[in-house]
Amino acid sequence: MPEKFDVIVVGAGPAGAACANVCAKNGLKVLLIERGEYPGSKNVMGGILYRKQTEEIVPEFWKEAPIERPVVEQRFWLLEKESMVSMGYKGKEWAQEPYNNFTVLRAQFDQWFAKKAVEQGALLINETVVLECIVEGGKVVGVRTDRPDGDIYADVVVLADGVNSLLAKSLGFHKEFKPDQVALCAMEVLNMPKGKINDRFGLEGNEGCSVEIFGDATQGQLGTAFLYTNKDSINIGVGTTLSGMIRAKVKPYELLEYVKNHPMIRPYIHDGEPAEYLAHLIPEGGYYAIPKLTGNGVLVIGDAAQLVNAIHREGSNMAMSSGKMAAEAIIKAKQNNDFSEVGLDSYRTSIYDSFIGKDLKKYKDLTHTFEANPQYLNEYIPLMNRAASQFFTIDGTPKREKQAKIMQSFTAGRGKLGVVKDMYQAWKVMK
Amino acid sequence: MAKTIEEKQYLVRYKADKKSHLTILNHEKCATECEGQICTLFCPGDVYKWEGDRMFVGYEGCHECGSCRIGCPNDNIKWEYPLGGHGIVFRLA
Ligand SMILES: Cc1cc2nc3c(=O)[nH]c(=O)nc-3n(C[C@H](O)[C@H](O)[C@H](O)COP(=O)(O)OP(=O)(O)OC[C@H]3O[C@@H](n4cnc5c(N)ncnc54)[C@H](O)[C@@H]3O)c2cc1C
Ligand code: SF4
Ligand code: SF4
Repeated sequence: MPEKFDVIVVGAGPAGAACANVCAKNGLKVLLIERGEYPGSKNVMGGILYRKQTEEIVPEFWKEAPIERPVVEQRFWLLEKESMVSMGYKGKEWAQEPYNNFTVLRAQFDQWFAKKAVEQGALLINETVVLECIVEGGKVVGVRTDRPDGDIYADVVVLADGVNSLLAKSLGFHKEFKPDQVALCAMEVLNMPKGKINDRFGLEGNEGCSVEIFGDATQGQLGTAFLYTNKDSINIGVGTTLSGMIRAKVKPYELLEYVKNHPMIRPYIHDGEPAEYLAHLIPEGGYYAIPKLTGNGVLVIGDAAQLVNAIHREGSNMAMSSGKMAAEAIIKAKQNNDFSEVGLDSYRTSIYDSFIGKDLKKYKDLTHTFEANPQYLNEYIPLMNRAASQFFTIDGTPKREKQAKIMQSFTAGRGKLGVVKDMYQAWKVMK
Repeated sequence: MAKTIEEKQYLVRYKADKKSHLTILNHEKCATECEGQICTLFCPGDVYKWEGDRMFVGYEGCHECGSCRIGCPNDNIKWEYPLGGHGIVFRLA
């Protein structure tokens, strides 16, 4: 192993592997360090991989990556106890190149994605924990690992160590995240024959379907559940803010069982064979929780930098993009031979100027608003269910009368003004 | 269907280290300053078990999610990563 690297990347998730890939492709000497047995062995996601940002790292990746299915249908379910309002879009164009997004299994995808960085020349070492950054004269100059003689040096250290970024915290880049800045999710992989999945979800061949589930799935806490189709398995999961989980005194695996047994969900998954149970945090603090992104000789990317858009379940794509932007800043710093905070600052500005900074800014008050106003989940989703039920029940009542009644039911609880205020507030945080 | 947490945990592969990566800093605090011992509620791996007057930490089943570090109201858990290559090994999602 050479004495010193240009770049050490800590963590071989989508963020770290993307950064290592782009750095190595541009001729830098890169070391990628992963604590797991292999990349992906510690990583969890619902499973939706976006095409655009992945393609920017590995062009036409779908031709060789271990993807499960291209998604052709996106459904939304607003759940009540024994009913749901369902919406969605299905399009055959999504089954063709360039595709919209895919389902993947992370342990498999991450191994492959990290291998692509190795093919560009990055050196990957697994089963190694980075314990701390080595700081000399106010500058990060390397990392201390849990291997014997485990100090390794580099011009730049990239922290891609995920939501539990002990390293960024120990550098003082952020304080410990608060329970309302992270979502705790539990999920299961259920094996099911391909034909059965296709029948139940109305799919053909290798087409996939994704379902985002709101309302009763989280028993009134801020969060969502999901159902994604793989080749011959289904991922089902549910999460709420950790603060919500604590408030509701509900155990994550019991909430998962509740979702699996919900009368609207059970028919899709029953007799699926449990294959794996996983739990993980999602950093959902949003714009205000973004830590310091650059320091002398150090950058923070991906989940470690809270770059997740909870509303659009975007995480892995932001991780990859931030990895690429970090790599570009490092390449520039190398040209100028300036790895100080100022020399690396183009990373910070790229993040804030990109879709990442802009989207997180757009939704900056969203989590807080929903957390402070549980009526959106607890009142409006049940109301919508009742309204749909009344509207579609043919019982001889004239439709105009029905509509009037439905409008009344909407305003009865919180009053007309309350509803208008809620709608305005919702529009303001989403706009 | 894996209904109970015991059944779920059997689905997961672990390469447990001999030494725990989770340490309760002050056992007294769990008994006196924590109503409901909340880590026993939200931990997705059912790692924390309150047995009368003392907390038992079954670190071997930890998913390394980080919730207990963030959620413990008394900052009473020293939370580290297991040694390289140890701990939970996901195969799928
Ligand atoms: C239940 C769930 C559902 C999700 N659904 C989606 C989805 O459908 N689509 C989507 O795009 N995103 C989704 N996300 C978010 C997505 O998983 C993350 O945003 C993404 O994985 C972040 O990538 P990352 O590389 O920053 O971090 P991670 O993927 O967490 O990778 C961090 C890596 O660093 C390693 N590491 C950590 N510390 C050290 C250390 N000290 N030394 C060495 N190695 C270390 C870890 O082992 C890990 O491999 C979901 C997340 C969850 C939990
Ligand atoms: S949450 Fe913290 S203080 Fe409470 S029982 Fe658990 S470890 Fe002890
Ligand atoms: S890290 Fe997560 S799984 Fe492990 S003990 Fe803490 S709460 Fe439980």
